[in-house]
Amino acid sequence: MSGSSDKAAPKISVRRLGKSFGRNRVLEGLDIDCPVGESLVVIGGSGVGKSVLVKCILGLMRPDEGSIRIDGVETVGLRRKAREELLQKCGVLFQGSALFDSLPVWENVAFGLIQGRGMGREAAKEIVLAKLGAVGLGPEVGELRPAELSGGMRKRVALARAIAADPEIIFFDEPTTGLDPIMADVINDLILKCVRELGATAVSITHDMVSARKIGDRIAMLHKGRIVWHGPAAEIDRSGNQFVDQFINGRAEGPIHMEIRAL
Amino acid sequence: MNALASIGAATLGFMAATGRIVIFALTALATGLSPPFYLRVILRQMLDIGYFSLPVVGLTAIFTGMVLALQSYTGFSRFQAESAIATVVVLSVVRELGPVISGLMVAGRVGAAMAAEIGTMRVTEQIDALTTLSTDPLRYLVLPRLLAGLVTLPLLVVIADIIGVFGGYLVSIYKFGFNPVTYLDRTFQYLETSDVVSGLVKAAVFGFIISLMGCYHGYHSRGGAQGVGQATTYAVVSASILILVFDYGITQALFAR
Repeated sequence: MSGSSDKAAPKISVRRLGKSFGRNRVLEGLDIDCPVGESLVVIGGSGVGKSVLVKCILGLMRPDEGSIRIDGVETVGLRRKAREELLQKCGVLFQGSALFDSLPVWENVAFGLIQGRGMGREAAKEIVLAKLGAVGLGPEVGELRPAELSGGMRKRVALARAIAADPEIIFFDEPTTGLDPIMADVINDLILKCVRELGATAVSITHDMVSARKIGDRIAMLHKGRIVWHGPAAEIDRSGNQFVDQFINGRAEGPIHMEIRAL
Repeated sequence: MNALASIGAATLGFMAATGRIVIFALTALATGLSPPFYLRVILRQMLDIGYFSLPVVGLTAIFTGMVLALQSYTGFSRFQAESAIATVVVLSVVRELGPVISGLMVAGRVGAAMAAEIGTMRVTEQIDALTTLSTDPLRYLVLPRLLAGLVTLPLLVVIADIIGVFGGYLVSIYKFGFNPVTYLDRTFQYLETSDVVSGLVKAAVFGFIISLMGCYHGYHSRGGAQGVGQATTYAVVSASILILVFDYGITQALFAR
């Protein structure tokens, strides 16, 4: 992917981010930057707070403490109107695709254009057909309902929706979860292609190391609410970090302990 | 002491829940003060609440009117007051049974559907998706349903009233042999505008309550399919109870002098 054009001013900057749910401290003093035009992949075990991190950045959750800056602007505590304007820079591919069941595919993809930006339906539909084409779907798919689509097609439609408004930042939440390896690779290729064509900054969270290596310029590992390692994707196999080694090799033994209660 | 603590905790819990629901409703209504307005969504909700509820409400109304005429005849014939049946049927249906029975039926049909739909949207991240697409979920999902409930239930109740009175008419004419002209004359003889208006005021309040409970419980559902099921149950039960509570309150306010 393209390199950073302005290393001094990261697109997204997170500082001392903290978030708890009751007594469960999910994020604890988390620091991370994502430079302009780079693809950052956050890896980590289940329940370590990857989704919470992304939801805090998007404003879907309010952090207990810390700072999140996008393009240098503090986003924690933004008012609704300002938040909506900020979100117009962003596209999101959700883990379960999160397509609206009550709308046909083309209206799903056009939703942000029509409802969020007030674009006319005809103009929006033209863009939708182009975006569906970009993810390898024909115009006939636009008239189907989400319930009529396979898992892979739903991901493609969700990707088309995420890129419909040519966002500056795209978030991918477990983009390949639940897909067979071939379809997962197809989605990875589409993500790479779309992000490159848009010149967007990408933040992905995943368990899938094949996907992480393929779509990430940089990889960060999250454990117990903190980033325990981050660096170029090409260097992850020689990170020298025991958490990363255990995770990428999928070993049960190591510093990461799964909490399993005896039956 | 423990009993007092329990009563206090329950009271505080009830007040907190009431506060949350009121804030939810006011926040959703406040989104209607500025554009964008989703008229297409409002019309679709009006169709869902009104048109598609017509069969169930119509059936309930006609049998309610028929039973009312039947029961009134049985009672009134004991003291030769059969001539009052038409008046009793129309006043009971228009002031009380039309709005309450329609409200309860719509709560079961529409309130449950709203909670299930919005609850499913919550647990499948569709509401988060709305937010990320720069669309306020309260403005897009909740406000249209509140307005549609407020406007549509009175229209539905007008139809239920007509069908209910017609049910009483059928039983009175074809079973008890009343004169149709006399029956209709007595139906309208003592009916006042305030009777109809009070029924429609109740219907509007009930429509708002049904939508509010459906949206509130759906919007705050958690934990997958079980959470959605629970939200649906809460929506129907709370709307049904509130309909009966507000029915008494509105009747007391309008007619108790």
